[in-house]
This record gives sequence, C-alpha cells and structure tokens, in this order.
Amino acid sequence: MQTIETNEAGLIARILAGEKDLFHELIRPCERMVYLTLFAIVKNEAEAEDGAQETVISAYRHLASFRGEAKFSTWLTSIAINEGRKRLRKAKGAGEESIEEQTEGHEGDFTPAPLTDWREIPLEALERKELREALRVAVAELPDIYRQVFILRDVEELNIEETAQALGINPGAVKVRLHRARMMLQKRLVPVLKTTAPARRGFFGRAL
Amino acid sequence: MKLNCKHVWEHISEFIDGSVDAKLREDIERHLEHCEICSAILDSTRNILVLTADDRTFELPVGYSERLHERLAKELEGSGQDSEKK
Repeated sequence: MQTIETNEAGLIARILAGEKDLFHELIRPCERMVYLTLFAIVKNEAEAEDGAQETVISAYRHLASFRGEAKFSTWLTSIAINEGRKRLRKAKGAGEESIEEQTEGHEGDFTPAPLTDWREIPLEALERKELREALRVAVAELPDIYRQVFILRDVEELNIEETAQALGINPGAVKVRLHRARMMLQKRLVPVLKTTAPARRGFFGRAL
Repeated sequence: MKLNCKHVWEHISEFIDGSVDAKLREDIERHLEHCEICSAILDSTRNILVLTADDRTFELPVGYSERLHERLAKELEGSGQDSEKK
C-alpha cells in the first residue's frame, strides 16, 4: 500500500495529465484543515466555508505551479491563509491596519494562572461538552496572531517549520506566539477545568 | 541550576513539545517534583491541548464536505483544465 505522501505526487501528476476527477481525492485529506485555517482567520462559519471553497478551486487552477518543494498540505494552507486575509481586508474595509502588521510585541500578560488545589482531572472529565464549548470560545477570542498559530500548530498539528512557512513568519515567532496562546488559554480555562475536576466535597461529604 | 517558577512558566510550552534541551528538561523536571503550582499549570495546559486535538472540539459545519465537492465538481466540469495553466 502506498503512503499518502508518495501517493500525493502520483495523484498530482495524473491530475495534471488530465485525470481531473482525482483532484477530489487529493483534497479529501486536507479539507478539514482548509476550513479550520479559514475559520482561524475570518472567525465566521459561512465566510470560512466560502473561503474554503475558493481555496480549493484556486488550488486546482494553480496546481501546475505546485513544485513539490513543500508538502501539498502546506502549500494549500498558504493559499487558505491568503484567501482568509483577503476576506478579512474586504470585511474591514480599506484603510484599516492589516493583520499582517500585527506583531507579538505588544503588551500583555502571558503568565499562566497559578492554582494550588489542583489535582489532575480524569480524562473522562474532558468528555464534557461544556469544556469543548468553553475552549472554542476562548480560542475564538484570542488575538488574531495568536489564534492563527495555535490553530495551525495545536489543532491542525503542523510542526513549527510548517507553521512558520504557512504564515510567512520565522520559527522563533511561531514559538513565542504559541507559548503565549497556550498560556492565555490556560488562564481562561482553568476555572472551567477546575469545576470539572472531581469535587472536593463529594456526594459522601468527604473533603479532600 | 535552580529554577524558580517564573522560569519554568516561560518554558512550559517548549517543555510540552519536547523541544527544550536535555539540561533544561532535567532542571524543569526536578522543579516539578516539588512544586505543586507548576505541576498543576503543566497538567492543566496539557489537558487543554488534549481537548484541542479532539476532533469534536473544532467541528466542521454539517454538509461542508458535500458542498465543497459539489462546487469542485462544477469547476472540474466547466473548466478546460488547461485554460489557466501557463
């Protein structure tokens, strides 16, 4: 059986040679990633879906210019990022500062929330829906530059290099932004996580 | 070197990713053995990352894939595939 990687180059060659329909297969493993990348930037479901469709069409139209130096998924991610930024600029109107100009230099508190009465919460507790909802909201509320790095790294699981390449920033900036994003989320979510942890005063009235 | 908590916090993200060097890793691990606060921060951050990687946390809109492939099919049909190639 072929791995996805070797299969990928083969698929692309065949598509370019005229087997257009294979593009469906090429895109399938990446479609979740494309949507989430768009969503990380435009923060709106309908816009993200529209943008995802545009991204895929654009990738198809420009497939011949894909040189295979990066992974196909990384290339596709950069197209998605450009599409997202384009939409954001359009939405914000001309004249406003573009998101590319933001840097991680601005003031902020990136220390985690210290907690003293924490015991590791059981994995079953992570099954709770409210936690996932709280996380979604917290991620959506991260400043743009942090959210984008966080989504690419921790949701889509690109590595540092790939994330840097996709966003056009250096790996050092990826690390700094990722760290800050995680600390901001930790701070935001600790209260929610704690309520999910085993109650200190349980049904049987036992304290600690 | 003896690390204080603030030092540990600065490296927690890289520690989780396994990208700190061996010496620092050892120092952090030693610190964690006796520091409940930092251990709790580490645990809670890890839990958040577990939750983040869960496919159910960031879901796709219902019907997303179908609509995407439908649109793509139209494009594939309509285009002479070579029209935009140079």
